[in-house]
Amino acid sequence: MSQIHVTTSVNGDEVEFLCDPRETLLDVLRDRLNLTGAKEGCGTGDCGACSVTVDGRLMCSCLMLGAEAEGKEIGTVEGIATGEALHPLQKKFIEYAALQCGICTPGILVAVKNLLEKNPEPTETEVRYWLAGNLCRCTGYDKIIRAVMDTAADMRGAA
Amino acid sequence: MALDEYKAQTGGAADATRTEFKVVGTRPDRPDGIDKVTGRAKFGADAHAPGMLHGVIVRSPHAHAKIIKIDSSKAEAMKGVHAVVTRADFATGLKGENWNILENVMAGDTALYDGHAVAAIAATSPLAARDAAKAIVVEYEALPHVTDVDKAMAADAPVIRAGAADKSVPEGMHPNVVRYHESGHGDVEAGFAEADLVIEDNFRTEATHQGYIEPHACLGNLGIDGRGELWCCTQGHWNVQKICAALLGIETSKLRVTASEIGGGFGGKTAVFIEPVALALSLKANRPVKLVMTRSECFRATGPTASTSMDVKMGMKKDGTITAAKAVYRLQGGAFPGAPMEFTAMCGFAPYNLVNVLQIGYDVMSNRPKQAAYRAPGSPMAAFAVESVVDELCEQLGLDRIDTRLKNASKEGTKANFGPTWPRIGLVECLEAAKAHPHYTAPLEKGQGRGISCGFWFNHGGETAVQLALSEDGTVQLAVGTPDIGGSRASMAQMAAEELGIPYENVRTTIADTATLGYNEVSHGSRVTYASGLATIEAARDTVRKLCKRAAAKWGIDEDAVTWVDGCAVPSGSNAGDFDPLPISKIARSMGRTGGPIVGHYEATPEGAGVSFATHIVDAEVDPETGFTKVVRYTVVQDAGKAIHPAYVEGQYQGGAAQGIGWALNEEYIYGEDGRLQNAGFLDYRIPVASDLPMIDTVIVEVPNPGHPYGVRGVGETSICPPLAAIANAVSAAAGVRLHELPMSPPRILAALDKQAEV
Repeated sequence: MSQIHVTTSVNGDEVEFLCDPRETLLDVLRDRLNLTGAKEGCGTGDCGACSVTVDGRLMCSCLMLGAEAEGKEIGTVEGIATGEALHPLQKKFIEYAALQCGICTPGILVAVKNLLEKNPEPTETEVRYWLAGNLCRCTGYDKIIRAVMDTAADMRGAA
Repeated sequence: MALDEYKAQTGGAADATRTEFKVVGTRPDRPDGIDKVTGRAKFGADAHAPGMLHGVIVRSPHAHAKIIKIDSSKAEAMKGVHAVVTRADFATGLKGENWNILENVMAGDTALYDGHAVAAIAATSPLAARDAAKAIVVEYEALPHVTDVDKAMAADAPVIRAGAADKSVPEGMHPNVVRYHESGHGDVEAGFAEADLVIEDNFRTEATHQGYIEPHACLGNLGIDGRGELWCCTQGHWNVQKICAALLGIETSKLRVTASEIGGGFGGKTAVFIEPVALALSLKANRPVKLVMTRSECFRATGPTASTSMDVKMGMKKDGTITAAKAVYRLQGGAFPGAPMEFTAMCGFAPYNLVNVLQIGYDVMSNRPKQAAYRAPGSPMAAFAVESVVDELCEQLGLDRIDTRLKNASKEGTKANFGPTWPRIGLVECLEAAKAHPHYTAPLEKGQGRGISCGFWFNHGGETAVQLALSEDGTVQLAVGTPDIGGSRASMAQMAAEELGIPYENVRTTIADTATLGYNEVSHGSRVTYASGLATIEAARDTVRKLCKRAAAKWGIDEDAVTWVDGCAVPSGSNAGDFDPLPISKIARSMGRTGGPIVGHYEATPEGAGVSFATHIVDAEVDPETGFTKVVRYTVVQDAGKAIHPAYVEGQYQGGAAQGIGWALNEEYIYGEDGRLQNAGFLDYRIPVASDLPMIDTVIVEVPNPGHPYGVRGVGETSICPPLAAIANAVSAAAGVRLHELPMSPPRILAALDKQAEV
């Protein structure tokens, strides 16, 4: 099967790749672009470990084809920090011990960063429902929710 | 902890328990934090190698079938295909558990469950491998199957494998019953005769999956000279090394195994599934092979828990004294021996001081995947049955749930239900803390009920090797062999820093590969902070002895005249001489000239693990129209012995509670009449999501374990033991119906409510 040529932007960098029409965006990110921050936990859009943003919209990259990335702006966990500076969410997740094994962390960070950009003052319930598509099996979510709420408060204070 | 490994832990720390700390008990940032929040951490599937192929496993669609023929000729002719392996490509003549593992890793002449591996293929891309796997033609002859534990014990059940039973099984049992356990003391019948109330019930729990978010993944590279490298996500890479070597017929030391970052395990990654297959494919193709399971494969072919059918009978006097307790636990552990029924039997009544007690366990085979350890294997189910009966007794006799448990509680010096005399334990302290917690007396809203339950897990020591090497600048490199599954590198660094008197940041902890340290047992049995922690402390003390020796030589005084204070060697008293403190950095700088590298070691099998008890309080709200249960408030009280990094101890408490909530309310393996698993995905096997749960409050009780220098007990597993019963008891209080079967899904609750309405 002939491969498709795709030009897209990932974390602000212009990238080009060839992919099989059946390859997902997640396959392309991990296997062709070597961006292994997004994880495959299920391949069916149920776990959220592969969460990325596509033109600012939160997506499971396992549910989108690589070929569909043409002309889009993709954001992954690798693009959350700016140079040496971690995003406030990243700092707070470490401080709050909001991760144990850390496999779901990239997807959760992408998802909550996207939430706070849309809604800087979410309620606990809003955070919980926004994250309902991101499975974490280690933490029981308690410390994750606290880290997000506290980051949101800090960012509002700083703004 | 493997089944045959538990023995009463008798060892103790050489010195008195330390109680004053500078670093231990604080909450520093974990050393792998930045890697984990930036996507830089490398998990099982994140490795690549030059020339790497991708493997796919072909699996049986039948629950039980003879394999007549495997035709891979069409697949092998396809573009990009480099190797196909079947059982013929593995070692022959294996015995015991190695044979069982090989039979599970790759079927012999019979497929024993839906999802059983029968062949594997390696090709140049994941898509090429997937296409080629579909072209492998396997001819089966279907056989009768059984997946239910009670049916598998019935006289007419199909035999999974004749001759699998060991000598413990009483005569006349079905061949699917492969192991038997009986323990207890006193006279239960006499005890029941003394009781004012006796309650007996049958309880059932379905199999649940560990549900780690990272599927099993590995990258194997085995050369034709029998030398190999393996990268994999595992809870124990020395175990992987040993088993892969046996299954492939190579020498253990020729295979070096490196543990990746691990994306959850909960016991499920103590077993070996795909690693020997990747190595066999690699050997045949003479190229590195990466194998990554799909989520569906995880559900169908890796270890879920055992499912159970349990009969529990308990007698109580009006004053709350338990007079006798008897339980029969039947556990189905898939198509191989190993369901952890001894643990179920030993854990169920462990919280109670019983004069008359009897517990019986059956290990039963069926056409399901080989069960694997899942967080306190066997214990949560027992607690569900026993703690439900205790709750019912208290309700019918009008007794307080906590006071009654306190009245009967196991404590230091009482005889355990399975034999030994309890050493210092913290059950009473947990119950007292639960009673004093505001949650226990908080008002409830309409439709809500409150439940409590106790839980117990042994904890474990196990073979452990640690090395602590001093760098020339006075910082240290700590090599441990237990994969870090929830922040343990932080706790290890804290303990090393505490002993050496240096900043936490000056310790770098690494999970070493199998070529670097001696054998380390897997990260299981809540053993890591206990055993690797003890080993780290001892390795640091060994280092301190060596540092003091260098100072003594420099000062020209006796080694015994030097002590270690706050990161410096100092003369131990005014008689020892008048020398300025010699800091670790100075000794390190000159170590090449003063005797060479300074490295501390510890290699042993510590036997002082301390058991851990917990008490959970939960408020649940049941919707009578839909049968939907919501957990509205949750409090975990558990004995940690000593919390090294309290944030990660709380995390273990919260995570165990959340998994227990899933087990109680949603999670179950659903098999069809055809013996195939019907819900092999996270959509239909629903684990708790953020919007399902409340905040989970925690209380860390610290009753020091005398077997650890700082009193650590290990905290990973006990937290999953109480939730099943605590929620069942809360549902009973909220809706007036007692569920005897898990999960308490809406249809089951509705059926129970309907039945109640009929009465």
